[in-house]
Order: sequence, then C-alpha cells, then structure tokens
Amino acid sequence: MIGIVDYKAGNLTSVARALSFFGYRWIISDDPEELKKAERIIFPGVGAAKSAMDSLKETGLDEFLKETFLKGTPILGICLGTQVIFEESEEDGGTKTLGLLKGKVKRFPEPFLFKGERLKVPHMGWNQVVWQKPHPVFQGLDPEYEYYFVHSYYVVPEEEEVIYGVTFHGISFPSVVAYKNLVALQFHPEKSGKPGLQILDQFCRWNP
Amino acid sequence: MLSKRIIVCLDVKDGKTTKGIKFKDNVEVGDPVEMAEKYYQEGADEIVFYDITASAEHRGIMIDVVRRTAERIFIPFSVGGGIKSVEDMRQVLLAGAEKVSVNTAAVLNPKLIYEGAKAFGSQCIVLGMDVKKVEPSSKIPSGYEVWIKGGRQPMGIDAVWWAKEAENLGAGEICLNSIDADGTKEGYELTITRMIAEAVNIPVIASGGAGHPEHLYQVLTEGKADAALIASMVHYGMYTVKEIKDYLAKKGVKVRTKW
Repeated sequence: MIGIVDYKAGNLTSVARALSFFGYRWIISDDPEELKKAERIIFPGVGAAKSAMDSLKETGLDEFLKETFLKGTPILGICLGTQVIFEESEEDGGTKTLGLLKGKVKRFPEPFLFKGERLKVPHMGWNQVVWQKPHPVFQGLDPEYEYYFVHSYYVVPEEEEVIYGVTFHGISFPSVVAYKNLVALQFHPEKSGKPGLQILDQFCRWNP
Repeated sequence: MLSKRIIVCLDVKDGKTTKGIKFKDNVEVGDPVEMAEKYYQEGADEIVFYDITASAEHRGIMIDVVRRTAERIFIPFSVGGGIKSVEDMRQVLLAGAEKVSVNTAAVLNPKLIYEGAKAFGSQCIVLGMDVKKVEPSSKIPSGYEVWIKGGRQPMGIDAVWWAKEAENLGAGEICLNSIDADGTKEGYELTITRMIAEAVNIPVIASGGAGHPEHLYQVLTEGKADAALIASMVHYGMYTVKEIKDYLAKKGVKVRTKW
C-alpha cells in the first residue's frame, strides 16, 4: 500500500491514477494514523509554501513526515512536496518548512533574460534533467527524456551530494535530489509521460 | 531549456470529437478518449478538450469523457468550453484535468480568473481568447478585438489589453485563437501572437490556422509563442505529431523528441 499525503495542496488524484495504471494499491489521506500503515509515502503538491505548512501542522503531518523519514520508509516528494522538505522557503515572505534536508528554496529572478531572450516564470513545460550520478529510482532513463515542470521556486540544498539531477532555465537548478530513503523531484512524474511513469514504478519497487 | 510544446486540441460535442471551419459546420471525427490516447502515444506534449456541447444537460457526458481520458494519458490535459464558475472548474479538475480554460465567461466576469487562480492556483487557469483583426482605433490600438461566444459577438476590447489584464488577475497561460485564421490551414496569425507574447510574462499558446509544419515553425519563432495548438492537421491523418516535431527539430526548434 502506498500512502499519498493529502495536505490540501492541489490535485492528488493524478498521482493516484498513475499508480493505478501499474496496479499499485494506494490511499489518499490527511490522517497520520492511516498513513502509518503505508509501506511507502508519496508527498506531492501544487500551491504555496505557507498554506501547505499551515495545513501540515494542523493535521500533524509535519511530525509524521519527520518520523517517517527517520524510520527509513521510502518517501517521494513531488514539486511543492520537494520544496517543503527543505528548511526554509522565500515564498510568502519567508516560510519555515520541514527541514528534512538542509537548504532553502529560492524564486527565479524576474525579469529574467538569457542570451537576450526573456524567460518566463513560472518555468512551465517540458525540460531535460542532466543526471549527476546513478540512483536505483532513476535507472534506465534515456538522458534525452524530458519531464513536465510547473514552478516559480527551486531548491538550493546545502550539501551538494544530495543533488542527483539539474535542469536549465536561464540558470541551472537542482531538479532531482535524493538522500537515504528520500527522493524528491521538482517536476511532475505523473504528468511526464512514460519516463515519469517509469520513475514512479521504480520508486514503488525501491528498497533503500 | 524549455521545449516548445505541441498541443493537440479536440473539439468535443456530446461526447464525440468534431472539427469545424471558422467555428462553423462541425463534422464528427472520432472518439475523444481513444484519440487523446493515440496523440499521447505519438508524442503530443499536452491535450486540450474543448467542449462545444450546446446544452447544459449534456455537460455530464463531458465530465465522463474527461474522467476516462485521465486514466489513460499521463501528460498535462486541459478542458475548456462553457466554464462559467469556480464550481464548473472544480468539476473538470476533479474529473482529472490539470487546467481549465475560460473564455466568454471571463470576459463577461473577469473576477472568475482571480477566483479560479485563488482556489486552484494560477497554473490551473488558462485564458482562452478569440480575436479578430479590425482597423486600429483609440479603443482598440492593437488592431485586434476580443470576441466571445465562439466568435459570434464582438466585445469592443483590445486583445493586448485583455491579455495583460488576465495575467494581472492570475491567469497562468493564454491560449490565443485567431478567428480569421481558424480552420483555414493557411498559417497562424503571427502579428497578434507576437504582440501578446511580448506583452505578458506567462506562456502563450498560438491557436488557429495550422495546416503545415512550417506554420508551427513560424509561430514558435517569429510569433514568439511558447506552444502551438493543432487540430485538423493531425485529425485527418495529414501529419502525425512526430512528423511535425521532427520537422521543427530539424529546423532548430527545441521540441521534445523522445518519450
């Protein structure tokens, strides 16, 4: 059983549908007691850091995620879920976040020029990941594959060793991080076609 | 670097895909769920369903089509047509769409964009605009006027002004359709596409008029669009999405070519 953390941040059913496509069983829940029964956790999310944190604290999911991480349960962060894993976000005038990994979340600069072309924020659309080192969850992916991104903020880990993939949008930013039983993606694997499904499937089989 | 997106649009009427010319004379071309899946497999970067069902009692059919499609395609997926309220948006999002597109209702009630963005996030809200060329005037300095109701009613508002206004209200993307070019297969309307793409900081999707891959090349380079919408070109088997992408890639446009 895979637990999908519901903290009122965006459409979680698309992640669930992608799991169903492979025949995995899942629950969507905001109740830590329910989620404790899951063998692995997916922490998705679209939206703003502050309201996400408020909702996580209110439900006790903040403590649940910290414990789950320490316990060694495989966790997959997606988009806002990935950002909230770090210590602090620039969003909403500065928001203290979960702090499972050291580092912060910054906004793309605006206005944003690269070689005379104006780059748009949010970074929305398909882009590549330049993989930095191998990881079981990301094995067998063609380096030319692209993934679907929608975000205005990006993570800046303190320790470079957690960075597994970077993406270029005017600047190079970390788009894939991993540490111990945690993997986290800035893009949406559930919306990235077959390569994204492959990552989800490999996460569901991963035993760190 | 971001790839330019190729978006396949399906007009859906009473649960079937149709295609018209200049917004008229729709003919049935197939089952939307199967067609969406086929385009997903062929490498479309996004799918749009546009509900042209006239009657309110058939809205449920559309929700069902959206739900069945969402189980089979794993790329972004938007739904537009007849969306009048935050509740309408909620229904299509819950059924599995990523984004909703608002057009007529947003012109009549611009607050809808703001409320939708607040409820679901800007990334969910696409402003659909239908524009037609007119003589530039003090009221319409760009020379492109906004029309509503599927191209049946002029509004006396300037297209560039409206695009900027929608961005300020919280729209996350603009899908710009030229009524003059729609269904003609003679190419996108490059002038207004470029004007709007340069005026706003959100992505602009060009729509209406594609008949040859060169038209996509033009609108994605000269027209400065972030994405190009296609329909007839692929619905009648003239081209596959892959052929169009290969053409663009050969000419140096960055597109997603592996999936």
